[in-house]
Amino acid sequence: MSRPEHKAPPEIFYNDDEARKYTSNSRIQSVQAEMSLRALELLNLPENETCFLLDIGCGSGLSGEILDEEGHIWVGLDISPSMLQVALDREVEGDLFLQDAGQGIGFRPGTFDGAISISALQWLCNADQQSHNPKARLNRFFSTLYASLRRGARAVFQFYPENDDQCELIMSVAMRCGFEGGLVVDYPNSKKAKKYYLCLFAGQIPGKQKQQIPQALGEEESEPTGVVYSNQRINERQKVKGKQRKSVKDKDWVLRKKDVARMRGNKEVPLDSKYTGRKRKPKF
Amino acid sequence: MLQCHAKNCNSNNYPLQLSKVEVVNQETEFNPMFLRNMLPKLEWNALVKTAFQINVTLPNALPESSTDELDEEFLKTLHRVLLETHIQQGQMTCPNCNHVYHIKDGIPNMLLDETEA
Repeated sequence: MSRPEHKAPPEIFYNDDEARKYTSNSRIQSVQAEMSLRALELLNLPENETCFLLDIGCGSGLSGEILDEEGHIWVGLDISPSMLQVALDREVEGDLFLQDAGQGIGFRPGTFDGAISISALQWLCNADQQSHNPKARLNRFFSTLYASLRRGARAVFQFYPENDDQCELIMSVAMRCGFEGGLVVDYPNSKKAKKYYLCLFAGQIPGKQKQQIPQALGEEESEPTGVVYSNQRINERQKVKGKQRKSVKDKDWVLRKKDVARMRGNKEVPLDSKYTGRKRKPKF
Repeated sequence: MLQCHAKNCNSNNYPLQLSKVEVVNQETEFNPMFLRNMLPKLEWNALVKTAFQINVTLPNALPESSTDELDEEFLKTLHRVLLETHIQQGQMTCPNCNHVYHIKDGIPNMLLDETEA
């Protein structure tokens, strides 16, 4: 699997072109929507209540749209200006900020009822500049996030850890910043649908019972539901290819060759018939 | 809602001062429930100060009554300030370290230089 975070820092990787591609890809759209819904479910917000949420690495607002649909008000931050431009063009509802999560988030204490982050946390584990130290950046991010959340609020991060060490690093930093909670792995037996959700609690709600780490999906059954892989683009590509590449040695070509041979009179040339220039059946 | 988050800027960093602003109003749905929940999270004095900078006046003192029986009129004003007012262009300045954050197309640029991060 290729990892975009190895290619370039996020603000450079997601340029205008990549941002547009990312947002218009219907598969990414549906995967993002599914993950956002799951993250929202893990947030465990009170029902029928409008909450003030933070979307870290909101990109073009694909996940924010889901928050909108569920009736929440959200604020999104992202480091890529191009992605935010796409979000503006799509006229998303939330307020957008151009911000590097590794530099901390400067919101007032207790502002948010919850935070989600879809496929963004792994970007923080890379040192893209000489001055970057992933551990320090994660530390700054989690500590400022902890401050900006309401007591008892949850933060759910869907991310793609590169290896166990990375998982451990993220978890240990989060715990040191005061978060409780743990990792929820959906469909652990499936290669494609396996998803990591880091589920963190910013303290406990006083007077209520201790928050439990939610149950992961699909621990027994192996077949995931949800977004199925449609090889629509590959099919389309093949269609286009088939039209462009016509065989050179078609019937006209064979007839012409035979004419030339007859005119030269060198050998006995077979007669033309309706079978000329046709492909043989495979059973022949 | 926002404070300066440069590293060595810890005191007196709120609220950010607005200047050279262009304001746009966008109508959104009125949701009294949400506003009632938001109210305890707001620092009223700061909000009044910020609202004054974009020529919106709010009552100086928060109404005394409990959050459940606030009158419709007050909530409507609050709704207009919090949810319908969008700043399109402008600058935000930190009152302590004078760091200037630019706002472009409604997106504030909160990136810091390497030395500040």
